[in-house]
Amino acid sequence: MKPMNADVLIVGGGIMGTAAAFFLRRRGRSAILLERGLVGQQASAVNFGAVRRLGRFLPQLPLATRSREIWAKLPELIGHDSEFLASGLMRVCYREEEADIFESYGTDAAHYGLALDMYRGQAMRAKFPFLGPEVLAAQYSATCGHANPRLAAPAFSRAAAREGAQIVENTDIVRVEKDGDSFRATSADGRSFRAPNLLITAGAWAGQLSAQFGEPVPINGQGPQMGVTEPMPYGIVPVINVGSDKLEEIIYFRQVKRGNIVFGGGRRSTAYLDERRAKVEPENTLTQFQRLRRLAPALARLNLIRVWSGVEGYLSDELPVIGTSRKVSGLFYAFGFCGHGFQLGPGVGDAMAEWIDTGSTSTPLQPFDIGRFLS
Amino acid sequence: MGQHRVIVVGAGPAGVRCAQMLVQRGMRAILVDENRRDGGQIFRRQPDSFGRSYGKLYGTEAPQARDMHDTFAKMRDSIDYLPETLVWNIAGKRLHLACEGRAFTRDFDALVLCTGATDRVMPVKGWERAGTYSIGAAQIALKAQACSIGASVVFLGSGPLLYLASSQYVEAGANVVAVLDTSAFSRRVRALPKLLARFDLVRKGAGLVSFLKRAGVKVETGVEPVEILGTDDAGVSGVRYRDAGGEVRELACEAVAIGQHLRPETQLADLAGCRFAFDTATRQWLPECDELGRSSVKDVYLAGDGVRVLGADCAEVAGQLAAAAVLGDLGYPIDAQGLGLLKQKRTRFERFASGIAEAFPWPAEQITRVSDDTVVCRCEEIRAGELRRVVRDEGAREINRAKAFSRVGMGRCQGRYCAHAAAEVIAGCANVPVEQVGRQRSQAPVKPLGIATRQEDA
Repeated sequence: MKPMNADVLIVGGGIMGTAAAFFLRRRGRSAILLERGLVGQQASAVNFGAVRRLGRFLPQLPLATRSREIWAKLPELIGHDSEFLASGLMRVCYREEEADIFESYGTDAAHYGLALDMYRGQAMRAKFPFLGPEVLAAQYSATCGHANPRLAAPAFSRAAAREGAQIVENTDIVRVEKDGDSFRATSADGRSFRAPNLLITAGAWAGQLSAQFGEPVPINGQGPQMGVTEPMPYGIVPVINVGSDKLEEIIYFRQVKRGNIVFGGGRRSTAYLDERRAKVEPENTLTQFQRLRRLAPALARLNLIRVWSGVEGYLSDELPVIGTSRKVSGLFYAFGFCGHGFQLGPGVGDAMAEWIDTGSTSTPLQPFDIGRFLS
Repeated sequence: MGQHRVIVVGAGPAGVRCAQMLVQRGMRAILVDENRRDGGQIFRRQPDSFGRSYGKLYGTEAPQARDMHDTFAKMRDSIDYLPETLVWNIAGKRLHLACEGRAFTRDFDALVLCTGATDRVMPVKGWERAGTYSIGAAQIALKAQACSIGASVVFLGSGPLLYLASSQYVEAGANVVAVLDTSAFSRRVRALPKLLARFDLVRKGAGLVSFLKRAGVKVETGVEPVEILGTDDAGVSGVRYRDAGGEVRELACEAVAIGQHLRPETQLADLAGCRFAFDTATRQWLPECDELGRSSVKDVYLAGDGVRVLGADCAEVAGQLAAAAVLGDLGYPIDAQGLGLLKQKRTRFERFASGIAEAFPWPAEQITRVSDDTVVCRCEEIRAGELRRVVRDEGAREINRAKAFSRVGMGRCQGRYCAHAAAEVIAGCANVPVEQVGRQRSQAPVKPLGIATRQEDA
């Protein structure tokens, strides 16, 4: 069979890969996106849906800011808003020392152009009356928000296809190699695809591909523990999370316009890469209930109607791999977003398209270079 | 004896007969049930203060109901009975339960799921209006509370329950305006050879129809529902339908009971990891099991209408067969002759059930034709037009994909009442066989679970 050709092969159809395909087409580059199942089914679809800069690793803020600008323009760019709402987002704490950490983060974030407000006492309770009595302080960002993860990556994929990208679903890539000046990706059923550039955006499974180029990374799959309640009248506008280094306190929730409360956080489950599945452990759901009641007591009156999980890729230092290969020219990586990639997706797609197209990117991405894992 | 931990879920005919057989062999089983009292849906009991007789409550089924209740009463102290308890999740060999706001767990060596069935419902334009009930719910209102769902009622749908529930309404003195069956009478004639596997039931069914006619109830077959009339404020005011001759007709009524036979409650089997197979006769995915009720998952057994809808008397047999399988697998000697008789009975019931499926088919074609403004998913208020849009414009030709894009099946009932119909709408729009649309995956909790629920040590 004659192999399919393009300027760029993208392996992995999550939000990173679909956004990259879209922005490559915008730059006039041809792209073939290869996805094992359907686009946007794993980490991109099952995550919490926060479009959050607040609390991010500071050197990641320029990328997050680039992404945030795209989120605001989705309807013009891809013809679909993916339910993005710049609703505001806050993190809260139960202890004074954490409030101090919030304060100093706020000072640092300001240098990156991210304005954050601190609320305490009466002012906090007046603005956010649903917070529980134990909540001590809140750090708020008016520009953060949330979107619907089930819609965003497929919407990017459809837009990319309209722009001329080839979206090839149900294609399990088992072998990637460089053959002369071009890369060849071969699927389990024997089809092959060729291009001078290869972008690997295969999430938790990407390590299996980077290893084929002699660049193994310490990555594993974990399952977020998500849940959603029945709807109640829309009223809790901002996204809320507990900013704590104590895993047993962590919980986050948001109310969607339809009225349901989506929540998650805390201990994750093991993800099974071969089965492409992760489960919600029932005990985790029950401990999440406890944390929700502490954070916002009125939520105790609602019912949970569904839980879900999926496979997210975690690297050992909890930071993604973004950038070029250290060993093979024309090879690019963007994977392992450790549960915080959804907001970054559009920006990563844009930055990688720029990098592949021009040979460099205007956003600093050095901290995420794969070289940090190579000895 | 008794050191094996066997849990039976559901205290209807299958669950009670299963537990009874385990008790007879000296085993102390745990029997978990969502209801306040035993009996399941078919032999549901009335509140303690109500005084209707067995004959009045259960009609021709009165002797069976009494026997079931007596059996339960006799073994009550020999089992660990957990009423009003929801099994909300399964992980490995541990059941997660909730009762009155407390969550706790029970580990099992063997699990028998006797989860019963609920109405299989076809969406009809206007069915979201107050005054529309499922036929099963209409029957429960009568059985448990001695209430009619309205001052004048139309029964619309298909299946044996259509005739049984409407007759019970007439008998109780309710005003039944009409019984409208979507299946054609000719199908019943063609299915007769199979139906005759249970001559007693054929006679009973024919008796119900002539009873309805004698009582002056309009009975029509081969109809197609058009709309449940009314307003969002005042609720149901009537029914519009196309009769067998193609004429559009209207009937005034205050309430409508709809339903197309029953569908097994399979979420627990799904959460336990049981394999499912597509059943072409009834156009739905059903958990696989062997002739005794062993599922594809070791130590998980399935019995009764929760696996496939074969009716209460078959559920009693299936409960015993599953108990025999559990006992045999745990190393107890089994009475081979008794088992053989039970299997023979079951085969006869299965032949009859296949006749029922032919005589009262799920109206797949009618469902593919529902108007774009017909609500498919009542929980999330998603109309057929929106579902068709995600199929056409966004390529969602698989049911879980269509759910993600359109929210169909994402609400309180988690698709229990809409997933079958949604699959037909998708299949019709995408022009693919319905089995290709796939099966909506179950997620916990099996029923809504209060955030107020507190964890308790078992």
